[in-house]
Amino acid sequence: MYNFEFSKPETIQDAVEAMKSDGAQALGGGQTLLPTMKQRLASPESLVSLCGVAEMVGVCEDDAGNLSVGGATSHAQVADQAAKSYPALAALAANIGDPAVRNRGTIGGSLANNDPAACYPAAALGSGASIITNTREIAADDYFTGMFETALAEDEIITSVRFPVPQAANYQKFDQPASRFALVGVFVAKYADGVRVAVTGASNGGVFRWSEAEAALGGDFSAAAVSGLGAPSGDMIEDLHGSGAYRAHLVGVLTRRAVEACGG
Amino acid sequence: MPNVTMTINGREMSTEVENRTLLSTALREGLKLTGTHIGCDTSQCGACVVHVDGVAVKSCSMLAVEADGATVDTIEGQASPDGSLNVIQQAFQDHHGLQCGFCTPGMVMSASALLKENPKPTEQEVRDYLEGNICRCTGYQGIVNAILAASGQDVAIAAE
Ligand SMILES: Cc1cc2nc3c(=O)[nH]c(=O)nc-3n(C[C@H](O)[C@H](O)[C@H](O)COP(=O)(O)OP(=O)(O)OC[C@H]3O[C@@H](n4cnc5c(N)ncnc54)[C@H](O)[C@@H]3O)c2cc1C
Ligand code: FES
Ligand code: FES
Repeated sequence: MYNFEFSKPETIQDAVEAMKSDGAQALGGGQTLLPTMKQRLASPESLVSLCGVAEMVGVCEDDAGNLSVGGATSHAQVADQAAKSYPALAALAANIGDPAVRNRGTIGGSLANNDPAACYPAAALGSGASIITNTREIAADDYFTGMFETALAEDEIITSVRFPVPQAANYQKFDQPASRFALVGVFVAKYADGVRVAVTGASNGGVFRWSEAEAALGGDFSAAAVSGLGAPSGDMIEDLHGSGAYRAHLVGVLTRRAVEACGG
Repeated sequence: MPNVTMTINGREMSTEVENRTLLSTALREGLKLTGTHIGCDTSQCGACVVHVDGVAVKSCSMLAVEADGATVDTIEGQASPDGSLNVIQQAFQDHHGLQCGFCTPGMVMSASALLKENPKPTEQEVRDYLEGNICRCTGYQGIVNAILAASGQDVAIAAE
């Protein structure tokens, strides 16, 4: 990997300042960025480590029933600290990669990277979360713009993510055992005003909402309600791990399992 | 060049690094602590697992400058100064938890992180926790048995 300048600010304000320098890039847990830099697919001129920004680490609840997760909170911390308030989110975090990856990788890094097979994008989109940055608040529906693409500007930092806590939710991940990412993953969340179903790992467009399933589950929250649905349409990923038709099939199976796990 | 100072296995140590130097490289080349192994350098194999501030991390996927000021525990600190093995290391020896030994430093460091979190894991919990540690030799059963034994649980002796 090429060399770079390194800074470890302690406040959001200092991090934002450091990100203004030419070729600066945020460093979360480095679990994606450092391997990318080793392959010289990325060569930032400076890295701004966010792990020392205390105000960006941790999980808290507000009176309106939202759970806020700091942008530099590790997967292991979410698994631990969200276990009571949002168990489906904690369980998702507890099953990302392996323990050493979970001790370093962060929610901000995962959402900024928007890997088409990553887990957190499904939770954020499936919960209708808000991605909060140093400049604005972006609704999850507007945030994920394609494979490895997001609405973030180059020097923008995810400072926290706000999840409205659902009545019931579940994430089903069909592991791709070599990469430890999701071959397909489905996040189902039931709210007073409707059901959201977000699918990761399946589409070349990245994470997406399966609207037919949402409509069916909104009327009847049961696995049977989605049994009759055809596979979601769209540009499915085809690779040596699974064909597009196989992935589309898995979406249906995992959605039914998630609904059953929610008690529906 | 930046200088990083860490408390490694209870001793304060410093070494010069570049910003791009990985923690694994700083340990092995800077401080000559070659017990930490590099199997893949792509964060897949877990041979490089050490503890930073008490939690298991892959030292090939962390910058040395990020560990400045941290407490780091490596395989070199596991045995007693007189050379007697700790309970996990002894169990690996007793239960055929290694063959070539290349993965063993990472396996032992992951195992000790697991037992700190979960002192009496089930076999499935051991297997889940080792998801990021790859062994090309043993077929894992000996490793799993060793960790169960180290946690004080009876181990059914599989096919002698
Ligand atoms: C072996 C292995 C298995 C994995 N398995 C899974 C899995 O099952 N599911 C899954 O979802 N992921 C998985 N991952 C990915 C892991 O979750 C990463 O931690 C995550 O994708 C990136 O987070 P990070 O904090 O390490 O970010 P980094 O690698 O530090 O950064 C990634 C990108 O995000 C940017 N960035 C970082 N933080 C911020 C921020 N706060 N604001 C704006 N931009 C930021 C960086 O500039 C960079 O572009 C796995 C990784 C490995 C190595
Ligand atoms: S050398 Fe670090 S995970 Fe393989
Ligand atoms: S003992 Fe040889 S790789 Fe595990």
